Amino acid sequence: MSFLSYLINGISLGSVYAIIALGYTMVYGIAKMLNFAHGDVIMVGGYVALTMMLNLNVNPFIAILVAIVVCTVLGICIETIAYRPLLGAASPLAVLITAIGVSYFLQNAVLLIFGSNPKSFQSVVTFGNLNLAGGALVVSDEAVVTILTCVVIMVALTLFINKTKAGQAMQAVSEDKGAARLMGINVNGTIALTFAIGSGLAAVAGILLLSSYPSLTPYTGSMPGIKAFVAAVFGGIGSIPGALIGGILLGVIEILGRAYISSQLADAIVFAVLIVVLLVKPTGLLGKTVQEKV
Amino acid sequence: MKKLLSLSLAAALAVSATACGNSDTGSTGADNTDAPAAESGTEAEGTEAEAPAEGAADGSVFKIGAIGPTTGAASAYGTAVMNAAKIAVDEINAAGGINGYQVEFNPQDDEHDQEKSVNAYNTLKDWGMQLLLGTVTSAPCIAVEAEAQADNMFLLTPSGSAVDCISGDNAFRVCFADPDQGTASAQYIGENGLAEKVAVIYDSSDVYSSGIYDTFVAEAANQPFEVVASEAFTADSKTDFSVQLQKAKDSGADLVFLPFYYNEAALVFTQAAGMNFAPKWFGVDGMDGILSGVENFDTSLAEGVMLLTPFSSDAEDELTKNFVAKYGEQNNGETPNQFAADAYDGVYIMKAALEQAGCTPDMSASDICDALKTAMTEITVDGLTGSGMTWSAEGEPSKSPKAVVIDSGVYVGM
Repeated sequence: MSFLSYLINGISLGSVYAIIALGYTMVYGIAKMLNFAHGDVIMVGGYVALTMMLNLNVNPFIAILVAIVVCTVLGICIETIAYRPLLGAASPLAVLITAIGVSYFLQNAVLLIFGSNPKSFQSVVTFGNLNLAGGALVVSDEAVVTILTCVVIMVALTLFINKTKAGQAMQAVSEDKGAARLMGINVNGTIALTFAIGSGLAAVAGILLLSSYPSLTPYTGSMPGIKAFVAAVFGGIGSIPGALIGGILLGVIEILGRAYISSQLADAIVFAVLIVVLLVKPTGLLGKTVQEKV
Repeated sequence: MKKLLSLSLAAALAVSATACGNSDTGSTGADNTDAPAAESGTEAEGTEAEAPAEGAADGSVFKIGAIGPTTGAASAYGTAVMNAAKIAVDEINAAGGINGYQVEFNPQDDEHDQEKSVNAYNTLKDWGMQLLLGTVTSAPCIAVEAEAQADNMFLLTPSGSAVDCISGDNAFRVCFADPDQGTASAQYIGENGLAEKVAVIYDSSDVYSSGIYDTFVAEAANQPFEVVASEAFTADSKTDFSVQLQKAKDSGADLVFLPFYYNEAALVFTQAAGMNFAPKWFGVDGMDGILSGVENFDTSLAEGVMLLTPFSSDAEDELTKNFVAKYGEQNNGETPNQFAADAYDGVYIMKAALEQAGCTPDMSASDICDALKTAMTEITVDGLTGSGMTWSAEGEPSKSPKAVVIDSGVYVGM
């Protein structure tokens, strides 16, 4: 029973990593850049949702919608102001450093506005824990919702990429930017759309993460951001199913490693697995085998 | 040629900076962080002569420096210390200062980072610091103490509880040492028969938490309870406690000992409630703040939590009431935690020691330090964190921890 409990917790944690990893992987696939500020967008989403719920007393669902909208706009702003002028720069390092700068900017801006004291997040899921097998297995409602949300997002995103015009444009841009432009695709618009989707998802991930682990500080986003980046690389950066598999595997390995090997070495185990995977398959689990990169 | 010129200029600059530090602090030549630069360039001699003038301009005020994380992940602690120390300094200045001299206070941020902490220390030395209140957190404190010991700078850490924070005879502390807390907690649980099976969850990446854990487990061997599970977490994985809690639950523990800070404790309580796990909880001084430190935290989850703490903000004595009111006034109604109380006491302890030794601001930092080494062992201070506090020559305070339990959202003495 404890094994099942660990497994469900691992999948739930992994689902959050997977949703965050989508943002990394889509942006990398299209703009060929690592958006290290992505983790901090999660945190901004958390603060927006919490402020809406606490100070303005709005319904949690409206709070979630507002958080998604704010993060989407934030994502587009970051892309337009901080990254777009540098995407054509001679060195890809310039935009990487800018991304780190944006990350620190967001952290410190939030620190200035909301202060450093941790805030306890109000869970948006309130239908109560599930008691299975006569109370021997308790599954938290947050875990259930997190896993379901992750599945819904994955299906929706896959449909979006394959069935819509904008999705096709994304695929085209990720294949060959120059050729896509010649075909009449608005490359800048497509990149902005990618940032918008990634950041909107970050808001969802943030709210799910904080519902399970309700401690919100200006630094809340950095560690999950790094783990999700690892998940994206693990699954093969640029691949959407890769992000899902990478994220969930990472979550499960982390929790099971902590449970059965050592609670101190949990992170070391995660990264050791990453190294082994990358040694055997340098492009990540689904890096090359999947054609449809976004 | 140009290169040579800029090199020698740089050397001159570096040396003059060192020289200022020397003259202000009266360091006895041990100040050697910039020493390699001092050997190059003859211009150095010239600049050194001007330096004392800057130091001599002061001498009418006591210069107290403070170092702690006012930004970064541990900023809740540093901010509390700086706010409270500021209140104490203002009170002292308004009441006529120390030995008739005003006090100047200079807080520096170290972001809970060793390197930045040492940099902040050097900045303060350049400013002319004579006494150091800090640093707030243990790991940076150990690094700064090494420097302060070499400089013979008086160091009083409000909250650096690791053993090595006060390794030199120049260093003292306001709070309890980690080993004392671990031992005291184990004794308290054993003597009061609180539990038969105890699980411990601790932060193995943090010297504070693991220090308490070590002594707790050592003392537990002499106590009539059994440690059935010891689970660790690290700074990088301090949001998910599901595994540790599941293991504690499976081990049949009826009490869980949590030697870490309230941030993580708030998460532990929330997640334990999510898995229908309700043992007795026992915390240490870092748990203080659980009721007010985490905004929007459902404090009913902390109901029944026991902890050892030197300070409780709802104590009824005049001193505490005054302090809590003033602190709230100046900081948007926040309730001070034990870090704030330690810092407030720290400034008054400095005052008591300086008065005992009859120090004046024109003395060098080293002379003040030598005088205070004796004075600290002679004073008795009634503060927020204990009455009749005294200090050993090693720098440890003697005061007894109070055990409190959270009942209907307030601390109640046990």
